[in-house]
Amino acid sequence: MNKHTLSVLVENKPGVLARVSGLFSRRSFNIDSLAVGETENPDVSRITIVVNADSSPLEQVTKQLNKLVNVLKIVELDPQQSVQRELLLVKVRADRAQRGQVLETVELFRAKVIDVAPDTLTIEATGNPDKLDALLRDLEPYGIKEMVQSGLVAIGRGSRSITTGPALRAA
Amino acid sequence: MTRPTPETLAHRANPATVAASATPAAVASPVPTSGAGALVRSLEALGVEVAFGIPGGAILPAYDPLYDSKVRHILVRHEQGAGHAATGYAQATGKVGVCIATSGPGATNLVTPIADAYMDSVPIVAITGQVARPAIGTDAFQEADIQGITLPITKHNFLVQTPEELPRIMAEAFHLATTGRPGPVLVDIPKDVMQAQTTFSWPPTLDLPGYRPTLHPHGKQIREAARLIAGARRPVLYVGGGVLKAGATDGLRKLAELTGIPVVTTLMALGAFPDSHPQHLGMPGMHGTVPAVYALQKSDLLITLGARFDDRVTGKLDSFAPDAKIVHADIDPAEIGKNRHADVPIVGDARHVIDELIAAVSATAGGAAQYESWWATLNELRERYPLGYEEPTDGSLAPQYVIERIGELVGPDAIYVAGVGQHQMWASQFIRYEKPGTWLNSGGAGTMGYAVPAAMGAKVGRPDAAVWAIDGDGCFQMTNQELATCALEGIPVKIAIINNGNLGMVRQWQTLFYEGRYSNTELGTHKHRIPDFVKLAEALGCIGLRCESKADVDKIIKQAMEINDAPVVIDFTVGKDAMVWPMVAAGTSNDEIMFARDVRPSFDEDDL
Repeated sequence: MNKHTLSVLVENKPGVLARVSGLFSRRSFNIDSLAVGETENPDVSRITIVVNADSSPLEQVTKQLNKLVNVLKIVELDPQQSVQRELLLVKVRADRAQRGQVLETVELFRAKVIDVAPDTLTIEATGNPDKLDALLRDLEPYGIKEMVQSGLVAIGRGSRSITTGPALRAA
Repeated sequence: MTRPTPETLAHRANPATVAASATPAAVASPVPTSGAGALVRSLEALGVEVAFGIPGGAILPAYDPLYDSKVRHILVRHEQGAGHAATGYAQATGKVGVCIATSGPGATNLVTPIADAYMDSVPIVAITGQVARPAIGTDAFQEADIQGITLPITKHNFLVQTPEELPRIMAEAFHLATTGRPGPVLVDIPKDVMQAQTTFSWPPTLDLPGYRPTLHPHGKQIREAARLIAGARRPVLYVGGGVLKAGATDGLRKLAELTGIPVVTTLMALGAFPDSHPQHLGMPGMHGTVPAVYALQKSDLLITLGARFDDRVTGKLDSFAPDAKIVHADIDPAEIGKNRHADVPIVGDARHVIDELIAAVSATAGGAAQYESWWATLNELRERYPLGYEEPTDGSLAPQYVIERIGELVGPDAIYVAGVGQHQMWASQFIRYEKPGTWLNSGGAGTMGYAVPAAMGAKVGRPDAAVWAIDGDGCFQMTNQELATCALEGIPVKIAIINNGNLGMVRQWQTLFYEGRYSNTELGTHKHRIPDFVKLAEALGCIGLRCESKADVDKIIKQAMEINDAPVVIDFTVGKDAMVWPMVAAGTSNDEIMFARDVRPSFDEDDL
């Protein structure tokens, strides 16, 4: 099975997220991550879904998604042709002795310290999932007290936009 | 983009149903009214003639303007009855069936018929009352999240937020229910939205930017299908319910006769191609005919029209029609390739697909002569393995005989409505269907209790047609209270109970797969005559008749046919050991079809 990133443009209406996520569970698909937010057009929301599936079941779930009345457009983003980012907030144990080494790691990954306590640092990092995994591996030895990650968001490279087209103008 | 207007809404572009449908009101300038008033005016503007329902607290505001409306409201006895009646009405007329229920339990009682309509792609609109907006989410009295509950079983559903959007949402609901792949749509309306003041005007503008069903097939795919047809030696037209829904039966006949290709019609498509037509091999699937099942298995090309490779048709999927290339035409792209890979996928309305196929194959079609050896094989199978049944040896009445005689005496213009189980399969096998819209049943969901209320809805939609429900004693006990509705509302349906005293199909499986251990299938309708169906019929305001011997069957059917001022219930007391044959056991290959118990037809080409 392979990871696929779907960008699903939907009408920005109550209950649409439940329709989309419910469809995945109903058809026995596991969602790896999901992120949702408004687009440049406030009538349209964009849901980015990462799903683990073979291509033929993926085609079926895409077709089923397309049947949802509130779904406007579905595009699968090729990892080579798109930029993908996640946001990570992580609270790491860092007493006086460790703090220097932790800050060095933060620097190395171009992450940011966003909160400081006597024995912890809270770090913010964005990047593709591989980079964030690497960061977490480096921080692990110090002791991760808590972490939270956003779903992946992704956008195609180049000047073309998926949010133009007749369907979206009508929305 | 161009948006459909309400004039194009109420019905699909099917001449038969468009002509028969009421003409929706063209324009209404703004008038002040309540949300409930706007709802009822919308129903009128959409050409709704009848709605089935039960009032209750949350839906009560809607029932006030309904009191003065030209929309006929039929007060049912259980909301499930309203839902199936709407389905029966829709299947018999091609128009939208409408049902109405209150919030909470009223709405949840609609869940089964909505799921049923979803599985069989029937255009119904369910209107439910909801608790007032401020009370939503508080576990208020009679509150249920019916929008959430019906998400997986509706084509779409709405929770109305303001009275102003009611006309638009109703128009959208009807548009969604009838266009593309038809299906149920639910509109949930909070009580205070119905009570609030608004203005009503018509027509509204639809706002469905994400909904664009494809009606016209791609020319390249049609040409590719025609190319495969020209090269096939053992083709079969595998016809499903989509052909009936598209009103494509005339075209189907033309296509079949032009090409000489054998036809099979699924359980949902009976009547799409005349049973009497020499090219009709019957129904495929678990209880299909041997020639129909064989034809699919040995075919080199399935031309699939509005069918969906359901497990009841394919048997064990990986051994289904192993040598066949697949042309799969369906209006729902998600059906194509779902169960079986399509070599030529065609997305489009069956009527357009068939018309374009006719044009594309006209040049090359050679008629039946082209498939001489294929027909020789199939004809020999037809002779060797006809549909039939054995007379019971215990002196009991054969259920198949009863059903066969009903079909014979009542004729092909009547509408037959089946419940679910053995009687349904016998009704599909032993009544000959010659015309579209004459066979209604719960195919996908298999809803016991469907027949009585669906027959009621069919009779309301087509009062001039004789409507016969073929029901089982188990099914009948699930929804027979709607006979009170029929008696009071003047809906003279006929209900033939094929009473074998048991949950017959389950008992058949217990006989075949559970060593005859009849766990909880004996209903006591024979042994104890509880209930006594004749007395029950009379208590419900119907005429009750009973038939216990072969000699009386014709006489009693004729007696029932002469009664047209009241519903009639006939208790046909039949033997409990009759079984449905042929049969492909669940999960096995179609190659394992049994013609009768322990009799397996030989599919070896050398034997034929």
